[in-house]
Amino acid sequence: MTATVQSSRWHFREPGVIPGFRLTFGFAVCYLSLVILIPLSGLVWHSSNLGWDAFWALASDPRTIAALKISFGSAVLAALINTVFGLVVAWVLVRYRFPGRRIVDAVVDLPFALPTAVAGIALATLYAPNGMIGAWLADFGFKVAFTPAGIVVALVFIGLPFIVRTVQPVLEEVDREIEEAAATLGASRLDIVRRVLLPGLLPAILTGFAMAMARGIGEYGSVIFIAGNIPYVSEIAPLLIVIRLEEFNYAAATAVGVVMLSISFLMLLIINLIQAWSRGRFGHG
Amino acid sequence: MADQTISIQSATAETPLVRLVLMAIAFLFLALFLFLPLVVVVSEAFRNGVGAWFQAILDPDALASIRLTLLVAAISVPLNMVFGVAAAWAIAKFEFRGKAFLITLIDLPFSVSPVISGLVYVLLFGSGSVLGPWLKGWGIEILFAVPGITLATIFVTFPFVARELIPLMQDQGSADEEAALSLGASGWQTFLHVTLPNIRWGLLYGVLLCNARAMGEFGAVSVVSGHIRGLTDTMPLHIEILYNEYNFAAAFAVASLLVGLALVTLVLKTAIERRYAD
Repeated sequence: MTATVQSSRWHFREPGVIPGFRLTFGFAVCYLSLVILIPLSGLVWHSSNLGWDAFWALASDPRTIAALKISFGSAVLAALINTVFGLVVAWVLVRYRFPGRRIVDAVVDLPFALPTAVAGIALATLYAPNGMIGAWLADFGFKVAFTPAGIVVALVFIGLPFIVRTVQPVLEEVDREIEEAAATLGASRLDIVRRVLLPGLLPAILTGFAMAMARGIGEYGSVIFIAGNIPYVSEIAPLLIVIRLEEFNYAAATAVGVVMLSISFLMLLIINLIQAWSRGRFGHG
Repeated sequence: MADQTISIQSATAETPLVRLVLMAIAFLFLALFLFLPLVVVVSEAFRNGVGAWFQAILDPDALASIRLTLLVAAISVPLNMVFGVAAAWAIAKFEFRGKAFLITLIDLPFSVSPVISGLVYVLLFGSGSVLGPWLKGWGIEILFAVPGITLATIFVTFPFVARELIPLMQDQGSADEEAALSLGASGWQTFLHVTLPNIRWGLLYGVLLCNARAMGEFGAVSVVSGHIRGLTDTMPLHIEILYNEYNFAAAFAVASLLVGLALVTLVLKTAIERRYAD
């Protein structure tokens, strides 16, 4: 970026006057390796010790598959719900002025700041059949707490800020003149939103969706209190890891862990691809 | 006049009715998912009165969990802060190969399930590992003890400070530092008197979020803690135990402290963002 003139000699880093590269880079890489990379590679190493057949038998165990499906499915569903409502929230926060807007804006970050266990017991109490919302839903014959729907409710709570906080800054940057131009050319308001604004917001929406989903697949604390945790019905994959560990079945825990880690890497790759595509196409990431 | 207003609005803004509906949807959704859970925690915590709340908080096991939570945060947050500053300095002030890859690696803990963050340490220090029994021979307990809980917390809160500082320091560039250095300041002087004042709000912001997560972490800590009451239970774990014992009032009383932490975090965060904007 800064170096347009490159010497023919291969440099690991571009020369400059600022000191401290060795110290800061060295410390950062050592700490990163010790705390994150070595422990994570230990997980992969353990699973490779199992051998492929044993690993596959553990990973394709029906209870494991069911748990992964439940985690994945609820994460997708929650991210979809959050995309719709997150967009509305971001829109209202950016476009409308109303008293208390700053407070509402700050509250959106609550799921980032509130411990997941607290969110879990609060949501479980709210949506339980005798809870404030649960009792009301029960009148209509809906049961949320202690069913798979409860998982989705918890993941909606956890994922909301991801969509709002990725869409909001992009929406703030939108040039209002584009909308005016579209309006002078006779486009209706709905057309403008649908065909002028939404395409520009798409990369942010997709990024937020993928981030909310990645978080949802791995989420544990807020879900276990509300889910009911019945194997094959409402047992999420992270909980299955905990159960296997409590049984001292480290091999099975490792297998589920590796599958989940692979999904995380895949999601990380997808998020990076979306952002690269967005930078290329829209000039912002 | 009214007709005129409406015809002007309809071109680049929604009609008042659409606007009202959108705002109603947004508020209802936020109230349902964000506001009501807070109300429930506080109302359940004080359901049996202030006396019962104090009794639940002053219970020896609850106090022990509060102490442990504070201790773990007091170790893990400063470590991650030092890492965050060092990583941001290396990444923002220098051009080197593999920088994008390094940034991706730093973000990695955000996309890993908290349970896996705990699992990796169980595998590394558990009874079936090489390291665990060896350290035990020296009398050092990692798993089901404070060091394991701290390590898991460090893993989970690893990116917060670095993530806040990297874009900030990249935006600020190196011109200020180069000026200080050319005037004869040493590297440390430059950092302390030039860089640190420039990044202080971003640093505080990152530390705040890091701390909130460190004190509230549940999944990762739950896997490595062993749930020994009064010894290895952090506040979130203590809440789980109380809740599973159907001691809801006490569970929500401890939870209300963490709600307080979350609210203080949000207020300070908003205040810092305002300062940023000025």
